Amino acid sequence: MTTLAFPDVAWLPLLPLMVIGATALLVLVADLFSEGPDYDALGWLGLIGLIVAAVCAALLWNQSGSTLAGTLVLDRYGLFFTILFAVGSGLTLLLSMNYLETTDIRSGDYYTLLLFSTVGMVLMATSVDLIVIFLGLEVMSIAAYALAGIWRTQVRSNEAALKYFILGAFASGFLLLGIALLFGASGETLLPRIGEVAATGTGEQRLLVTIGAALLLVGFGFKVAAAPFHSWAPDVYEGAPTAVTAFMAAGIKAAAFAAFVRVFVDSLGPLAGDWRGALWILAVLTMTVGNVSALVQRNIKRLLAYSSIAHAGYLLVGMVAGGENGNAAVLFYLAVYTFMTVGAFAVVIALGRRGQPHEDLDDWAGVGLRSPFLGFAMTVFMLSLAGVPPLAGFMGKFYLFSAALEAGYVWLTVIAVVNSLVSVYYYVGVLVKMYMAEGGVEAEATSARPYLFAALVATLAGTFLLGLFPTPWFEIARRSVESLI
Amino acid sequence: MHEVQPAVVVENVTFLWWIPLLPALGVLFHIFLGRRVGKTAVSVVGPSVVAAAFIVSLVAFIRVWLGPPGLVLQQVLWSWLPVGSLDVRFALQVDALSAVMILVVTGVGFLIHLYSVVYMHDDPGYARYFAYLNLFTVAMLVLVMADNLLLLFVGWEGVGLCSYLLIGFWYDNDANASAGKKAFIVNRVGDAAFLVGIFWLFWSFGPGSHTFSFSEIAERGRQLSPAVVTGVTLLLFVGATGKSAQLPLYVWLPDAMAGPTPVSALIHAATMVTAGVYMIARLHALYELAPISLDVVATVGALTAVFAATIGLVQTDIKKVLAYSTISQLGYMFLAVGVGAFSAGIFHLLTHAFFKALLFLGSGSVIHAMGGEQDIRKMGGLRRYLPVTYATFLVGTLAIAGVPGFAGFFSKDMILARAYAEAPMLWGLALVGAGLTAFYMFRLFFLVFLGECRADAHTRAHLHESPRTMTIPLVVLAVLSVVGGYVGLPEFLAWGDRFSAFLAPAVGGSAHAGGHPHLALEVALMGASVFVALAGIAVAYRFYIQAPQTPQQLAARWRRAYQLLWNKYYVDELYAALFVRPIVQLAHVLWRQFDVAVVDGAVNGAGGVVQETGRWLRRWQTGNVQHYALSLLVGTLLLLGYFLGRG
Amino acid sequence: MTTVPASWYVVLGILLFTIGALGVLVRRNLIIVFMAIELMLNAVNLVFVAFARQQQAMDGQVMVFFVMTVAAAEAAVGLAIILAVFRNRETVNADEVNLLRW
Repeated sequence: MTTLAFPDVAWLPLLPLMVIGATALLVLVADLFSEGPDYDALGWLGLIGLIVAAVCAALLWNQSGSTLAGTLVLDRYGLFFTILFAVGSGLTLLLSMNYLETTDIRSGDYYTLLLFSTVGMVLMATSVDLIVIFLGLEVMSIAAYALAGIWRTQVRSNEAALKYFILGAFASGFLLLGIALLFGASGETLLPRIGEVAATGTGEQRLLVTIGAALLLVGFGFKVAAAPFHSWAPDVYEGAPTAVTAFMAAGIKAAAFAAFVRVFVDSLGPLAGDWRGALWILAVLTMTVGNVSALVQRNIKRLLAYSSIAHAGYLLVGMVAGGENGNAAVLFYLAVYTFMTVGAFAVVIALGRRGQPHEDLDDWAGVGLRSPFLGFAMTVFMLSLAGVPPLAGFMGKFYLFSAALEAGYVWLTVIAVVNSLVSVYYYVGVLVKMYMAEGGVEAEATSARPYLFAALVATLAGTFLLGLFPTPWFEIARRSVESLI
Repeated sequence: MHEVQPAVVVENVTFLWWIPLLPALGVLFHIFLGRRVGKTAVSVVGPSVVAAAFIVSLVAFIRVWLGPPGLVLQQVLWSWLPVGSLDVRFALQVDALSAVMILVVTGVGFLIHLYSVVYMHDDPGYARYFAYLNLFTVAMLVLVMADNLLLLFVGWEGVGLCSYLLIGFWYDNDANASAGKKAFIVNRVGDAAFLVGIFWLFWSFGPGSHTFSFSEIAERGRQLSPAVVTGVTLLLFVGATGKSAQLPLYVWLPDAMAGPTPVSALIHAATMVTAGVYMIARLHALYELAPISLDVVATVGALTAVFAATIGLVQTDIKKVLAYSTISQLGYMFLAVGVGAFSAGIFHLLTHAFFKALLFLGSGSVIHAMGGEQDIRKMGGLRRYLPVTYATFLVGTLAIAGVPGFAGFFSKDMILARAYAEAPMLWGLALVGAGLTAFYMFRLFFLVFLGECRADAHTRAHLHESPRTMTIPLVVLAVLSVVGGYVGLPEFLAWGDRFSAFLAPAVGGSAHAGGHPHLALEVALMGASVFVALAGIAVAYRFYIQAPQTPQQLAARWRRAYQLLWNKYYVDELYAALFVRPIVQLAHVLWRQFDVAVVDGAVNGAGGVVQETGRWLRRWQTGNVQHYALSLLVGTLLLLGYFLGRG
Repeated sequence: MTTVPASWYVVLGILLFTIGALGVLVRRNLIIVFMAIELMLNAVNLVFVAFARQQQAMDGQVMVFFVMTVAAAEAAVGLAIILAVFRNRETVNADEVNLLRW
């Protein structure tokens, strides 16, 4: 009998990844056997899978190691993001369970794609090999393209998917070319090796690494929606089904930052002198374009899209600052942002009905008075996004900006502070609409939508918790970046 | 500073958190139950949570008062930000300064809540109104009870938010909405500076454990370079000019009068706008290290005091007159803290809270009676119809004019005396301002309450005194506007300056830290301010009562003086031509040209430029996927250029 | 046998990449735009292979397989999306898909 060598694989680092992947397959299969119209069971299945994955990741907290020829690592940085993605996707799932009822989206496909996208995200955060990071990014993105267009009968959903796909693939091309050039310089795609070449390479190698770094910056800049690579975001956010938009704002952005920070700190650290300046400019551009454009928006999803662009800018400030505090601040802020933005989109969903999405700001008039809970929730999320103390958004900005100051970027900090003050204008604008105008639409009672209600409570809790008791969480974020160089 | 700082005695207590918590519970009640339980329940809960907070505040105040000098009650709720060397706590504290502030906030606040019960009774947004008002109280209490700068900023932002919400309360009116917007934008400018100041301060402290508590800022501030301290304090002061409506960021306050009148009384006169003064008094140790900043504060204060007073001369809207007078009075407070008389500044803050709240509530009563009319040219003779309002308003006017015996006299005198010792130029300015104040306040008073009623018949038929719930707060505030001044008498009278003695552990020094002036000089200074005040009143009287259309009996009654002064009539004309008219002209120019054209233009312009930029940026978002791809490619090429250009 | 330096292949790859990128910008038909993107990815494949040869590292050749797989997956999803757009809008012209803007 012929035998084949079974590859010697360390399975432990793969555990959370495999749990989510298995859940995705399970949902895919279960969908074949479940009959509508009640697909809650599928949602629960996905939710349980994500919770198990998060628990696994938490249990692995004190472990470390690597697997698959060193391409995947088990470190706190990866685990932090694994848990964050599980939370973000879990919240998205939760609010989708009520949202999908108001659409023509097939739940089974939707949940499967969501989970596969999460698999890609985890891959991005735990890998130290550029090609695996690229694969993770594509797994995440291709599922996200499909998710954006999953409401097939909706013209806007089609268009969002199309734009996301064309531009995403276009940007992927640049990213891939960047990877190819880095490979050309070092003969490998493992991050530590590339770092060595970047530090000590010959002139020709360094040239290739420099161009490669610029192209990677484009690829990641696109995914995090940094100006001038942001133009897809408003259109896609507006057109995609709202739950998917929440997922993109929270999960995909976080995943892109996970890989972004790891690649640039871990392997391109020696080139920091080059990319810091570029990031500085990108950060300023991104914050300013995002905030200024948001001022003139009338559609709440589009407004939140620009707000999301602006937040990418704040996060870039943390990356520019670098160091343990800067990177930890980025991680902390991503966690904060997940809660705030998913919460805000949850309120948007709560206001919508079948066939009437109620995304125009005029629909929001007086909502705060008629639905005190939704009003309260939106107030908290808006103020937190605006960075009003003592909510989580303020703490996040506090860490980000003080890290930038500590690193000596005074002007960047001033610009960031001014930007976040400008942003208060449009966030409060939403509140003013909600509390100070008549008309608008009647929101469905949240009690009729239990999952949505649960998602709102969870995001509210997160927003308060991270704002009032930020320290333990920041400490976790700090521990997580220790494993980076 | 050479004076001996009394040792601070910290006592940990567990009841302080009830003070902000009670109104916070009120907020939740109004939001979640307000629309269901009806107006009666809201009317009971709204004021009573503030009353309860007042009682707890009173307990705290008495503890501090009777305790050893320098006693600080403190309650650490939790460690907010203990990371690395940082340990910012969510902690409340009540020292002498905070004790005074919480009494003002909850005490005056309670009266205004009570007044609002009737004033706002027919408003459809009744519960919403009380929710905002209670929320404001919470934020203001956090502001004055915070034991560190970051928590103070929490309150600072909170009161700002409530202020915008309440200015725009009657949102169906476009003017109100744009007033709220203006307040918002102007305050953004101030807050930007404030926040950068905070960051700079924290950053310059460098490593080592810090809590950013005020005691630590005082302690570590000494180790900073003078340039840093000056920069930080100036930035914080820019924040204060926004919140406290000083030059050049005062422009939002007059427009803020678009909100309901009790709101103007509470937020835009008695409490929130004084936050800047409080902040400087709170950080007095830091400011004392930066003489340049103090000079700037004093100068801006004195200039604002006069500047706003001149504008007040020509206003015809009853609330606008009061608004400019508030700006002017705040200028006095900044002058006080700027010359190092922190306790005098807080003293004036206290008395001003009484008499200005009184005046605003009185004007509310007038507006209420006049069916919404705010133009003083259409009033007159209201004394007959509104006796209680008339009497209390008179007390308030006397107090703000600085007539001896009333609260405003003592506090203003304390400021002037100190200003004279430190900066005679500023004293001169302040004295001019005092005269103008007396003039325009009595002009207002005469035009509203005395003379012939100029209202139309319909309005006149409906003139009535306000109900008891509205007049009781007026009476209480009138009493306070008199007796409130006696806590801080000049040093040579009776029990002397108890107020400054009480505050000394918290804000350092006493009213006379800069050397005790001679008794004769003090009396002379007092005489000067009394003279100026009376002169202002007399001029106002001549202009607005003694004019030809004055009722017959008044002319007859004053015949002798009239005869006596006959020859001076020409002088009056001359005076008017030489002095008053230019001032009036100047005031008009300042108001019309500077205030409306330049400053409004700048504010709206700044907002407009950003909005225009937004619209311009929008045009790039064409919706065409290939345009987006192009921008991506161009961005890529620029990045490549940047990277290669460096390498 | 004529030999050329490996760098020629790299240059050729980058040239093809540029042609692809320009195709994305100028072609109006979405299907062609999509094919231009495929051209970009395959140009990178050429770069990978050339570098693999130059560096004597097999990794580069393996990567080509990954990229081809990704491209195939993208093609499946991309064509489905273009199809959905065509069904609802009856056009595959990039200029006419601009409902979402500003």
